[in-house]
Amino acid sequence: MIAPFSERRYGVIAVVVLVALAYIGRLYYVQMVNDTYKLSARNQAFVFKTDYPPRGAIYDRNGKLLVFNQVAYDLMCVPRDMKGMDTLELCKILNIDKDEFIKRMIRMCGNLKNAKYDYRTYIFEAQVLPELNARIQEKLYKFNGFFVQPRTVRKYPMPVAAHLLGYIGEVDERGMKKNPYYKSGDYIGVSGIEKGYEEYLRGTKGVSIKMRDVHNNIKGSFKDGIYDTAAVPGLSLVSTLDAELQQYGEKLMQNKIGGLVAIEPSTGEILALITSPTYDPNLLVGRDLRKHYVDLLHDTIGNPLFNRALQAYYPPGSTFKLMNALIGQQEHVLTASTMYPCARGYPPLGGKPKCHPHGSPTDLKGSIAHSCNSYYSYVFKSIVENRKYKNSVEGFEAWRNYVLSFGVGRKIGTDLPFELKGNVPSVNYYNKVFGKGGWRASTVISLGIGQAELGVTPLQMCNITCIIANRGYYYTPHIVRSIGDDKEPLTKWREKHYTEVTDPLAYANVVDGMWQVVEAGTARVAQIPGIEVCGKTGTAQNPHGKDHSVFVCFAPRNNPKIAIAVLVENAGTGASWAAPISSLMIEKYLNGKITRPDLEKRMLEGNLINGKNAPDKPDNH
Amino acid sequence: MRRQEEGSFFGNLDWITIGMYLLLVLMGWGNIYAAVYDEEHSSIFDLSQRYGKQMIFIACALVIALAIIIIDASFFTATAYYIFGAMVFLNLLVIFVGKDVKGSHSWFKFGDFGVQPAEFIKFAIGLALAKLMSDVGVKKNEASNMLKAFAFMVVPLLIIMVFQNETGAAIVIVSFIGIFYREGMIPGIVFVAGLLPAACAIIGIKYDYHETTIPFIVIGVVAAGGLLTLLFIRRTFWNIVIVGSAICLLAVFTLFTRKVVDILPSHQTGRIKVWLDYKEKLDTVDMKHREEQIKEIQERENKYGYNVKQSTIAIGSGGFTGKGYLEGTQTKFNFVPEQETDFIFCTVGEEWGFLGTSGVILLFAFFIIRIITMAERQRSDFSRIYGYGVAGIFLFHIIVNVGMTVGLVPVIGIPLPFFSYGGSSLWAFTILLFVFIRLDAERLNILR
Repeated sequence: MIAPFSERRYGVIAVVVLVALAYIGRLYYVQMVNDTYKLSARNQAFVFKTDYPPRGAIYDRNGKLLVFNQVAYDLMCVPRDMKGMDTLELCKILNIDKDEFIKRMIRMCGNLKNAKYDYRTYIFEAQVLPELNARIQEKLYKFNGFFVQPRTVRKYPMPVAAHLLGYIGEVDERGMKKNPYYKSGDYIGVSGIEKGYEEYLRGTKGVSIKMRDVHNNIKGSFKDGIYDTAAVPGLSLVSTLDAELQQYGEKLMQNKIGGLVAIEPSTGEILALITSPTYDPNLLVGRDLRKHYVDLLHDTIGNPLFNRALQAYYPPGSTFKLMNALIGQQEHVLTASTMYPCARGYPPLGGKPKCHPHGSPTDLKGSIAHSCNSYYSYVFKSIVENRKYKNSVEGFEAWRNYVLSFGVGRKIGTDLPFELKGNVPSVNYYNKVFGKGGWRASTVISLGIGQAELGVTPLQMCNITCIIANRGYYYTPHIVRSIGDDKEPLTKWREKHYTEVTDPLAYANVVDGMWQVVEAGTARVAQIPGIEVCGKTGTAQNPHGKDHSVFVCFAPRNNPKIAIAVLVENAGTGASWAAPISSLMIEKYLNGKITRPDLEKRMLEGNLINGKNAPDKPDNH
Repeated sequence: MRRQEEGSFFGNLDWITIGMYLLLVLMGWGNIYAAVYDEEHSSIFDLSQRYGKQMIFIACALVIALAIIIIDASFFTATAYYIFGAMVFLNLLVIFVGKDVKGSHSWFKFGDFGVQPAEFIKFAIGLALAKLMSDVGVKKNEASNMLKAFAFMVVPLLIIMVFQNETGAAIVIVSFIGIFYREGMIPGIVFVAGLLPAACAIIGIKYDYHETTIPFIVIGVVAAGGLLTLLFIRRTFWNIVIVGSAICLLAVFTLFTRKVVDILPSHQTGRIKVWLDYKEKLDTVDMKHREEQIKEIQERENKYGYNVKQSTIAIGSGGFTGKGYLEGTQTKFNFVPEQETDFIFCTVGEEWGFLGTSGVILLFAFFIIRIITMAERQRSDFSRIYGYGVAGIFLFHIIVNVGMTVGLVPVIGIPLPFFSYGGSSLWAFTILLFVFIRLDAERLNILR
């Protein structure tokens, strides 16, 4: 017999089944569909600790230390956890007032109300040195929500080559967007080698995942650390720089405005790259970086943050005559024995451009030795109006291509950031200025003597000099020789770049002329006993006042070891400042000592910024 | 009476149910170990830790189970009222001699070991109801019997709720509704109709009639439905009165449940409001008052929403397969409060994932359905009625306990059977179940 109402069992079972299904459905949503719970769990229970690798050191070519790391500490804070901290005490230690404290909080969190919920980590005080850190550590238990993150700060034992080495700073929003490796509070190279070799120098950050309990106590590594990664230290770099030469050059250039570049022609290694005025690289480091940066930025006269050697366009002046001499010979419109007259100027255009007194007529070598403006006006005209070409526009195009092959008017691809192209005016440009067919060689004749619209950086000037020293090719100028433990030079620097001027005789004649410049020409001041120096002076007219003093040279004449380009702004003739400075640099580099103390003293003490400069020597281009 | 042959007695025990029982108890033990796992005391047998103590509780539970099996089944039918009386007495006694734990006098303390008599009243009520309804010659639907059955439930409820201040343990009594349904004392339509006031109550609480028109819309719909019903039933005087008063009742219900909720103890009000995600309408004129209101809501959510938020995070973070045994971070590192007692299900969710949680739900579902099936095979009304009581109690505990960990039910402090840490609840559930298993083993000896 069946009990009454026994069919009601199915109703009860149905309720059980429905409840089970509903609950499994809810669990499916919570565990499988909605991801916010997983995220919350991660935020609550995991602490991601970043281990910062030490940044690579930088050495000079002789193994001298240029940049290393000093231990410093970032005082970090998590606003959410700050409740109950001793604000007054912290302000006292950091030497700030309460307003500054509040200002920083607002800068971090947007406003003070948000601070209570903001669980992100911020740098409260950057790069605190060990002494101060010790005082903070003592009281850290009072500073809820604060902790100290060991970091490193860059240190420069020799305060030289600030522009070249560059500096590091906190990565900005754009930097983080560009490369997700960087997180708020990370440091990144901002300029110079620090920027150019950032990815080698920085190393790789390590991450360790710790677990914490509800009271914020660390409870050990997540899964015994299998997801942790160790920090990989940054690689050290060997620079091509000669720190002593650089230092000497900076001294010679002090109180002058301009740039100096010295390169080893047989390798393209930059031995010195000087921008004057410069600054002590130790200024752009640590807590006071921002303050010092602003100070430097506000020096609008010297503009010390501007890297003139790399980024300033100068008219090359007479040094550019070498280029035209080479192109003319390659185009067979000029030989060593070609003679042109000079009438204190270029006769066909009524004595313009003007020239200074010297013997006339003169041959190729003499024209270089005495820097004859008339001669190179003839040469330029003969190149552009070569019968080989249909018209002078084609001739001009050919001339321009030669110039470009010397690394002017285009980037040469050095490893320094912010390299500029320079300027060589194009056919299109002149068509725009004078109208199509409205110009000829004589219209732009001052290109023959390195004036007009030409814009060349000191680095490019030096590279042209290297090409002449090498008799026809250059290695890309570079500042870093090798990376990490690999002592071999990087292979990309081992490639020869030939110019369009391939005639060895052309180079031989120009080199002879340059030797004459120093032996008996415009730059006798650059003579060094026992060393055959080849050079060329330049006196670059410019719209900013007095002429720039320019000098390019290399030595020794055979098998050159160093090529130098110097430009001193508004200093007068090439022989007055640029040539003696170059000469002293060569002597220092090749002989290690100076035999002309008087000249050295005059150069070191010359002050062209505050108008106390020594009187110009008589005009002798 | 036909005597069973010697040796086949153990064969008559329902080993499927016993097997599920053992499985659930062991799973519970393992999860307690994971929830309070501590590297310094990594042995599961360490008696200084809760998992070590739970092992002792389990051992005692097995002894109790064995004792119940040895006792003659007729003992329970004969002494049902006495057992009930004894349990009521103990629950009264505890009010006077019990230790004050967080404002409630519900624990007998022996040193640092405690027993909560409220846990044991459940099986006693089951026995008493079974006895009452199965007595030969008793007409179940008679008013006096209904009143008696009602008293068996309400008296303990009042004692536990009012004097012991243990709301959770008290409202378990609702689970006996299954018996009344099965025995035909309540028509099925009541349950369907019961959903209507429940829905009205929830809407009334969630949407305060002072602030929105939703409660009035609901009343309108209900009234329209009632009038439509009148078109289809015989419009006798009494029918019109019944439908009319039902509408009025629902209207009052909808409009005033919020008021009722507000006069509850503040923690219950808070839990209910957090459960329904109720937010007071913000003052748009007085900004200062508005800020106070916001602060109040935030405080409420932090205070009464914290447990549920943390338990949902723990369960949700388990994903499909879970983080692995002992790899949970949310429960082990105390983010979830009460993680080894009322919120033990979080450990299952976090470490075993969706596979684990749905597995446990299904296991409990089979367990309860098994009990229902066993109840239906009884020849004696007593055993069947008691069986339905057992099934109802388990079902209720799972609905409330698991529901609160995932936010489906407001937080009510009752344990998850066999999983939650604690001797009282484990023993009470063991007694509840094994009395039924003992009765079931005897089913063939009963002559109708």
